[in-house]
Amino acid sequence: MQEVIDTAKRLLSDGTVNRVAGWKAGEFPYDVTPAVFTTVEEIDNGFIYNDFCAPNLSKYLIKESHKEGKILVFLKPCDTYSFNQLLKEHRILRENVYIVGVPCTGKVDIGTVRAMGIKGITDMESDGENVTIHTLYGDKVVPKTETLGDKCRTCKSKKHVIYDELIGEDGEVNNDGARFELVEKLEKMTPDERFEFWRGELSKCIRCNACRNVCPACSCENCVFDNPGSGIQQRAATDSFEENMFHLIRSFHVAGRCTDCGECTRVCPQNIPLHLINRKYIKDINVFYGEYQAGEDVMSRAPLNAYTFTDCEPGIVYERGGNE
Amino acid sequence: MMFRLPINELDGFFAKIAAGRRLYLPVDQNDGTSAFAEWSEGTKMSENLNTLRSAKSFFFPQVTNLCDFNVKDKEIEVIDNRADSEDFAVFGVRGCDARAFTILDKVFLVDPIDSYYATRREHGVIITLACTMPEEHCFCNVFGIDATSPEGDVTTWKTDSYLYLNANTEKGEAFIAGIKDILEECAADEVEAQRAKTKEIMAKLPFANVSTEYFEKNTLLDIFNSEKWEKLSEACIACGTCTFVCPTCQCYDIKDFDTGHGVKRYRTWDSCMYADFTKMAAANSRNSQMQRFRQRFMHKLVYFPDNNNGEFGCVGCGRCLTRCPISMNIVKVIKTFGEE
Amino acid sequence: MHNETLIPKIGVVTDIRQDTPDVKTFRVVGTDGKKLFEHIPGQCAMVSMPGVGEGMFSITSSPTNTEFMEFSIKKCGTLTSWLHSMDVGQQITVRGPYGNGFPVETTFKGKDLLFIAGGIGLAPLRSVINYVRDKRENYGSVQIIYGSRSKDDLVDYQEILDEWMSCPNTEVNLTIDREQEGWDGHVGFIPNYVKELEPDTSKTVVMCGPPIMIKFTLAGLKELGFVDTNVFTTMELRMKCAIGKCGRCNIGNKYVCKDGPVFSFDQLSELPNEY
Repeated sequence: MQEVIDTAKRLLSDGTVNRVAGWKAGEFPYDVTPAVFTTVEEIDNGFIYNDFCAPNLSKYLIKESHKEGKILVFLKPCDTYSFNQLLKEHRILRENVYIVGVPCTGKVDIGTVRAMGIKGITDMESDGENVTIHTLYGDKVVPKTETLGDKCRTCKSKKHVIYDELIGEDGEVNNDGARFELVEKLEKMTPDERFEFWRGELSKCIRCNACRNVCPACSCENCVFDNPGSGIQQRAATDSFEENMFHLIRSFHVAGRCTDCGECTRVCPQNIPLHLINRKYIKDINVFYGEYQAGEDVMSRAPLNAYTFTDCEPGIVYERGGNE
Repeated sequence: MMFRLPINELDGFFAKIAAGRRLYLPVDQNDGTSAFAEWSEGTKMSENLNTLRSAKSFFFPQVTNLCDFNVKDKEIEVIDNRADSEDFAVFGVRGCDARAFTILDKVFLVDPIDSYYATRREHGVIITLACTMPEEHCFCNVFGIDATSPEGDVTTWKTDSYLYLNANTEKGEAFIAGIKDILEECAADEVEAQRAKTKEIMAKLPFANVSTEYFEKNTLLDIFNSEKWEKLSEACIACGTCTFVCPTCQCYDIKDFDTGHGVKRYRTWDSCMYADFTKMAAANSRNSQMQRFRQRFMHKLVYFPDNNNGEFGCVGCGRCLTRCPISMNIVKVIKTFGEE
Repeated sequence: MHNETLIPKIGVVTDIRQDTPDVKTFRVVGTDGKKLFEHIPGQCAMVSMPGVGEGMFSITSSPTNTEFMEFSIKKCGTLTSWLHSMDVGQQITVRGPYGNGFPVETTFKGKDLLFIAGGIGLAPLRSVINYVRDKRENYGSVQIIYGSRSKDDLVDYQEILDEWMSCPNTEVNLTIDREQEGWDGHVGFIPNYVKELEPDTSKTVVMCGPPIMIKFTLAGLKELGFVDTNVFTTMELRMKCAIGKCGRCNIGNKYVCKDGPVFSFDQLSELPNEY
């Protein structure tokens, strides 16, 4: 997308910023890497923005915004929620960041494409409608909607909630509730079925920590799971249930702060739909404490940090079927 | 000597192997990937090129109980609960993973021998399967691996009509001898034809000509001190994905777990990408992610070869290419250094 | 089933000596009352309390001691704190010996030796010094330059006064960092003291101490005319297996646990500066 590249070069050249956080082209269309560019030459040499730039750059700003000078960052609508949330948690120095909002129509996920049984993918092009996939064994054209990753299949918002400059027209928040459909399906299961589902998924966990390390809400300088004094600093499951506890503890810690950016599921090497745990909490928070979207703004108090008389009683769990 | 059996008798073949020992093979998962699982009546083998995780866990599982302790007052009892591994066979291992075993051997089977690894190795039969549809992220040829004729105790080739088998080791010959009644001796013509066809595809793979020359020609210190590591490691999120899916990564941690009625000492996979990997009470020799990132690639491309007659610690399976959350990987590292 | 070095032996602590405010020396034998295993000066062992942790420690007693092994351990982390809190009679686990040790029977033989140690850095050298004392005829002159923060932090002070100082053809030079009541010896940092003493450059140097001391002392030695090949040190990095397999204690392509911990500085100069 030429406009994005031109904007990067302009802001770097006119001295607004001294670095640009963006995405660097890889060996294939799908293996883009987040990168910091410091010169126009570097930008010419591999900066890209296209339908494959899924990585959320917000978390990198924790480190980058504390460096000398201002950095330009390109944020997709959903990434701006993460940025806001980090701002709220005083993790990012706002004055050292220049945000350019970039439009997004959903990102193609290579895992999703591979799961279709398409092998040996050497090249992909997207025209926004369809994705043409070139492989060692012939070409295929697939509607783009079918190639989206979990995080994009039910997009929560096409609106940038924070920016200094915007490329293209801003979109709307999506309130159709589609992102909770799978959660509802899980809620309708019997406790045993649900337990089976999550055991099946979570037992695949290899404790690589990718979900934690990529998560913008996981910004603790020293994680409890890395603390030898905590008694839970294990490298792997010491009994068959530990990986469940890892994910449950982590999801509770980000509850109310998770913006539903979906990076956890995107990066999981074992394809565990981790975002569903977080979405369950988001849905419950909406029901128990009123509609709330973490990262929507910087000032409002999070429902789990603010007591009100209308907060639900703990007995709600019983009323909702906790007695079954 | 080449043997074969009709492809429609594959289930009987598996049943026969499984009668004498546990049999593991790649099986499809619900997410389109595949994983090694134990065979039982009705299990269908995956058609995927490779499993998401490597086959290393058969010999080097993610968790191994080393020994147990009973601690009472001032006394300690050491409980050596090691047992000989059961016999088992792994079918469908690809050439990259098979080579990875010989790399792991160079760590675990050199003096002092790792008995946990050794017993599994002694009791496991590796039956490899030749590749016919390599993928874009494959580059095993860069490390001299012939995926059309993989190593292992027994090599097999699957065609539309037959499964061909050839033993490479004594263990493999004993294995073939044990199932000989369902096999027939045959010529290797169809196998050779398949190999030639696959090799044509492999010659056209995007990474077919990646060169490791830079790492052979430059000194350890020159590579170590290169400025390129800074940029390469910039986006690394310090997770352990690459190390855990890698068939040759073998670094481990040893930890104690107090169960309340005894202490279990176990070892687990560890990752040089983790900040606490080298952390001591007083200092840490690798303080930055750049150092930790550099360690992983220096180990595979420089340190391991230096200590093992030039053999690289990578087999080109491409798992790190497909799994890294930020798409940084060993090919990008090799190419970046090769650029100058 | 192969022997397994990762499964430790049981050691019984028969004596605990408080050397300095934060260093204790533990005497260890097997459950049969005998020495657990033989070793070379400079080699290490993995000492553990199950449930607490396991760590690599230098065996500080000399191999010539046929009755027991000693470990001088500074309190600095979880395991060492636990060890400092235990009483005589406590069982611990020990496995080893690990590492290469000092070349006492080859390179060092017949040479004039200069030992330079700072603080707890004396611990790994004590094994060599006492070995040399017990086989005095095999070596030339011995000079020991040892310094610490204060007089109270000098490890093995009594042994130094009673035994080392009275040993033939042996010179002991002690220093502490700052003036202290009851101390009439040298005051000053080791690197400077070494330069002041101007030891003969034909000596073979064995050095151990904090990284900053090593750095400046080495520079001083080079100024005096010492060459890298004649200066040895012993390294410490995080270890888990102690047999070159767990992958963390490497400096370049060398594992400190297996290829070290003893290195000469010409060996180190070919390795990355990552320790």
